[in-house]
Amino acid sequence: MNAIRLVFKELVGMFVDDGSLALLALVLIALITVAVKLLALPPLIGGLLLLAGCLAILLESVRRAARGRTR
Amino acid sequence: MHGLTPILSTVTASFLASFVEVVEAFTIVLAVGLTRSWRPALTGAALALAVLAALVLAFGPLLALVPITVLQFVVGVLLILFGMRWLRKAILRSVGVIALHDEEQAFSKETAALQQQANDRRADYLAAVASFKAVLLEGVEVVFIVIAVGAAHGQTLYASLGALAAFVLVMIIGLVVHRPLARVPENSLKFVVGLMLTSFGVFWTGEGLGAEWPGADLALLAIFAIIAAASFAIVRWLRGAYPATAEGIAR
Repeated sequence: MNAIRLVFKELVGMFVDDGSLALLALVLIALITVAVKLLALPPLIGGLLLLAGCLAILLESVRRAARGRTR
Repeated sequence: MHGLTPILSTVTASFLASFVEVVEAFTIVLAVGLTRSWRPALTGAALALAVLAALVLAFGPLLALVPITVLQFVVGVLLILFGMRWLRKAILRSVGVIALHDEEQAFSKETAALQQQANDRRADYLAAVASFKAVLLEGVEVVFIVIAVGAAHGQTLYASLGALAAFVLVMIIGLVVHRPLARVPENSLKFVVGLMLTSFGVFWTGEGLGAEWPGADLALLAIFAIIAAASFAIVRWLRGAYPATAEGIAR
């Protein structure tokens, strides 16, 4: 059981380091999915928004970390 | 999707990512082998590989039951989370916000822990557990990477070959040098892998949503180039905006 718990903990840790980065990425994907599936947003536009959104989230995450380090 | 671009990118991503993980596991197994003995080191590693094989055999066939667009979407989302985590860490390490991973330090830490346990009557067992944990934890990441970069387009074989090549190469280098592989440019590798996995993630999530990327598979290279250019721009900007961090722990 210990090994299974260890693997599970590692699995979660694989995807979540900065919690807000993971959360924002999931929110972005959810919003784009809703827009494509329910609001007829063209899927390619959705894909491009996903690319731009991921970069914006990454920028915000590293900027926050760097600012926190220099305080 | 069976052109040269996806095959090369799948093999490269799998190879580089696995290389980083195998180097980290190798450091711990080496510490156990040199500090205690090779028996617990290899027993722990072999047991962990058996657990990983069991996981692959148990969950691998289930993937065939998932519709391809759902699989692409789910794998794409997981790759975005996984890849951006690596990319974030690599960016922060390259500007000195967090320390670089040091294999020599990891080796010394593990060796010190094992030496403290040397007089324990369960010392061999504890040494085997240390080896087991290291191989299992790093191996889980390798398994995920192989499945993630391979499964969404039926290229698990190519991804597995990339991971196997990384394993063999680390073992060969390790046998020759017989010490932690501290000279491996781990952060640069993680940077590239983070870029590749995030690119795969965006590409497949887009495909899962129904996007027909211009240029088909070649769009993967364009996405990679955009993310790479943006990431390097972020590094430059951070070095300029927060110079104190760049002079900090590591470059």
